[in-house]
Amino acid sequence: MTQQLLVGLQMAYWQETLLKLLLGVAAILLLTGGVVYLYLFKFVSFMQSRLGPMEAGPYGSLQLLAEVGKWLQKEDIFTEDADRFVFGLAPAVVLASTFLMFVVIPAGPDAVISDLGTGIYYVLAMSSISVLGILMAGWASANKYALLGGLRAAGQLIAYELPLVLAVLGVVIQAGSLNLQDIVAAQSGGSIFGWTGIGSPYILTQFIAFGIFLIAVQAELTQTPFDMPIAESELVAGYQVEYTGIRFLVYFISEFATAVGFAAVASTLFLGGWALPGSWGLSDATMTVVGPLVIATKAVLLVGVVFWTRFSLPRFREDQLQRLAWKFLIPIALANIVVTGILKVVF
Amino acid sequence: MTAITDRQKLQYIAAQAADARVNVELETEGMTLNIGPQHPATHGTLRIVARLDGEQVIAAEPICGYMHRGYEKLTEVRTYAQVTTLVNRIDWLGSFANEVPFILAAEQLMGVEAPPRAQWIRTLLFEMSRISNLILFLGDMAVQLGAVTPAFFAFRDREYVLDQIERVTGGRFHPNFDRIGGLKDDLPKGWLADTKATMDKVRSFCDEIETLLMGAEIFQARTRGIGVIPHDVAQQYGLSGANARASGIDWDLRRDQPSGMVYSELDWKVITHPDGDSFARFWVRLQEVREAAKIVEQCCDGVPGGPIMAKVPRIIKVPAGEAWVSTENPLGEMGYYVVSKGDLTPFRVKIRSASFNNVAIAPWILRGVYVPDIITILASLYFILGDIDR
Amino acid sequence: MPKPQIPGVLKGLGVTMRTAKETMFPDGMLRPPSPSKGAATVQYPHEADTPADRARGVISLKEENCTSCMLCARECPDWCIYIEAHKTLAPPRREGGKPRQVNALDRFDIDFSLCMYCGICVEVCPFEALFWSPEYEYSEIRIQDLLHDKSRLAQWFETVPDFEALESGSEVKVKKVPR
Repeated sequence: MTQQLLVGLQMAYWQETLLKLLLGVAAILLLTGGVVYLYLFKFVSFMQSRLGPMEAGPYGSLQLLAEVGKWLQKEDIFTEDADRFVFGLAPAVVLASTFLMFVVIPAGPDAVISDLGTGIYYVLAMSSISVLGILMAGWASANKYALLGGLRAAGQLIAYELPLVLAVLGVVIQAGSLNLQDIVAAQSGGSIFGWTGIGSPYILTQFIAFGIFLIAVQAELTQTPFDMPIAESELVAGYQVEYTGIRFLVYFISEFATAVGFAAVASTLFLGGWALPGSWGLSDATMTVVGPLVIATKAVLLVGVVFWTRFSLPRFREDQLQRLAWKFLIPIALANIVVTGILKVVF
Repeated sequence: MTAITDRQKLQYIAAQAADARVNVELETEGMTLNIGPQHPATHGTLRIVARLDGEQVIAAEPICGYMHRGYEKLTEVRTYAQVTTLVNRIDWLGSFANEVPFILAAEQLMGVEAPPRAQWIRTLLFEMSRISNLILFLGDMAVQLGAVTPAFFAFRDREYVLDQIERVTGGRFHPNFDRIGGLKDDLPKGWLADTKATMDKVRSFCDEIETLLMGAEIFQARTRGIGVIPHDVAQQYGLSGANARASGIDWDLRRDQPSGMVYSELDWKVITHPDGDSFARFWVRLQEVREAAKIVEQCCDGVPGGPIMAKVPRIIKVPAGEAWVSTENPLGEMGYYVVSKGDLTPFRVKIRSASFNNVAIAPWILRGVYVPDIITILASLYFILGDIDR
Repeated sequence: MPKPQIPGVLKGLGVTMRTAKETMFPDGMLRPPSPSKGAATVQYPHEADTPADRARGVISLKEENCTSCMLCARECPDWCIYIEAHKTLAPPRREGGKPRQVNALDRFDIDFSLCMYCGICVEVCPFEALFWSPEYEYSEIRIQDLLHDKSRLAQWFETVPDFEALESGSEVKVKKVPR
């Protein structure tokens, strides 16, 4: 991307990386903010017959800035019994896991911060680091409610890692590579029974995996119906209950940024990512500009589905949650892998 | 309506036993968790001290009194009109319903009967307060279970009922409308037709809740078989209202003790459910909203003409005596035992509020359940702190 | 084989999506979206809902009718009405008659920080001097300003609506607000 945008300007590796990082962080925050406004403030309000924030900025568009400002000026409280180091570190761990996830997600032919060969494997590994952060928050808060929330989260997040991974395996088998750019290329260059009109988005063949992936993503984000760790009416924010000010804001941001990240991953794996079908014949230069828009749209749509479910359904109890994961999702995902493998060899 | 199968019951018990074995192996000692008094789930300032083993409750004890306002002492120094005002605020959601048994008891002592028009309108407003109270329950139970949207629908559709109450009484939440001998004012023009139209909205809300919440498999998994109160235990603990009817007890004071209101002239059913679990309590209350809407429509059609107030003196001095009247309030059986010595103020008023007796079952029912189930059970028992503590 | 049912959770999702659509497109999908029309809320303070005529917003005093009988102050459950009056002589009704002794109000305050809006004072007044008005926008920054004195209570009188007509079958005579 740098080679094309800044023609003739050779940058050192560190300069290139810095630029990519800054652009990446800006893109993530912008997308997160947009998603928060669109869904958390507006869409949920419309679902509830009300208008949501309307005062801050035109139609409430600057509400998030106002909220950030509000959170920034709050007092930073440590409870007396809390373990200060771990308590302070926990939000950073969760945030790190979120931002690290975005490193491999491609937004264009060259617009990826680091095109690792182990693409999707890396994403899943990074997203599991957040479990550590949540456990740290739960224990370090010296609060029984936080502890309950943290332990529930640990159980839940670990349980739903497996359906997440297994759902992805079907796509990997079909694409033949862990690398996300390869998966995107396979989808845009593929064909459905010889017709290349829309490429071959894996949602058509891997619809079961798509469903499992979305359910597992809902659980990984601890969103209703899987929000036992933050069960608002029982634990009053669970493991986040002792956090104030910017530390709480970090959890908030990381939750929505992770939602955007997982949605971007899902759109890369199942919906074709940044690419439009190869038969549309758009050049690489065009795709550098159009690609980020395409993946942003797809990700925002999927986040919409996540939020739609979040605000409509009641929550599971943890044992029901676990039962769903272990006895229902994992066997189906395994079956999907077997069938995909067989079909891949046969066809 | 399928009750839970025996297999499901056995599965639940097996799950509990498995948990207990794990807890013994890991030797997790008991943790005492204070739920409340400030907590989103406890409908007010109720404190539940729960001793937990992992996520299971070993023992739970409700501690009430954080909202005690001294009603029974206050009534000793207030005139009957002032007591009517105060008593609105006991069960603040079904506001008109609190006034009715008190006024009926005072009318019994005075030997005065309200004219038929007043009795019909009293019944109408009583049922409207039931609708407004139970709609909030339906939305609130959703929130306790994690679904936030039904609560907004509940508040939105409840507004129409409250608007109608405001048009006739002047107050949305505290009508202060019942008087000894009748009602304070008559209905404004067009009110009956508008109230009938509002009942359509109430019914559409019930349908929405049924689709959105009751039909969701998650809700059913969370509430079926949770907090089962058998028939005999419900009777022993003195449960009343929908809690009792959900355990199969066919007892409704509107049919069995219709004092001073016109239920015997209307066509309606008493709704019971054999299961006694949280789902049953939710279902019974949902159907009760529909029945109440039916009753309101019949009242709107059948209100007779006539005076709204019987002949009572200006300054009311209730003759000496004692009277006990209880009615089927939205929360259960609410009764007033009024002792008068012939003064301007009552000598003693004992308020039997439904939630106080309903919450007594909490220690029994909360043994061995998971922490999330505590919330479900308390939400399904539906008490209001003003009613418990008075 | 039994008919396959749509799972309840999906129907539930349909309900919320339908409500979102009704809020965004209250006039149907062919018109541009207008959520402010479809929402069930009003954007206070830009627009305000008008309360019912009988809504108990604020109490207004018609001083000419008040005889300082103190019934309202006595019956108030909160004792939030403060009345002070003195006796004065009013001109005789007829020529050559004795001057009449009447009460003249010095002070008639209602403390709305205590008032519980029960309406007992308005109800017991035998001389029709107190009236309900549905005005509710009188919040103050200082709590002392919630004590409305005679002149302020008289100012509310303009907002008192006429008593409305009653439903058919009623035998109550509709009173008139003495303007």
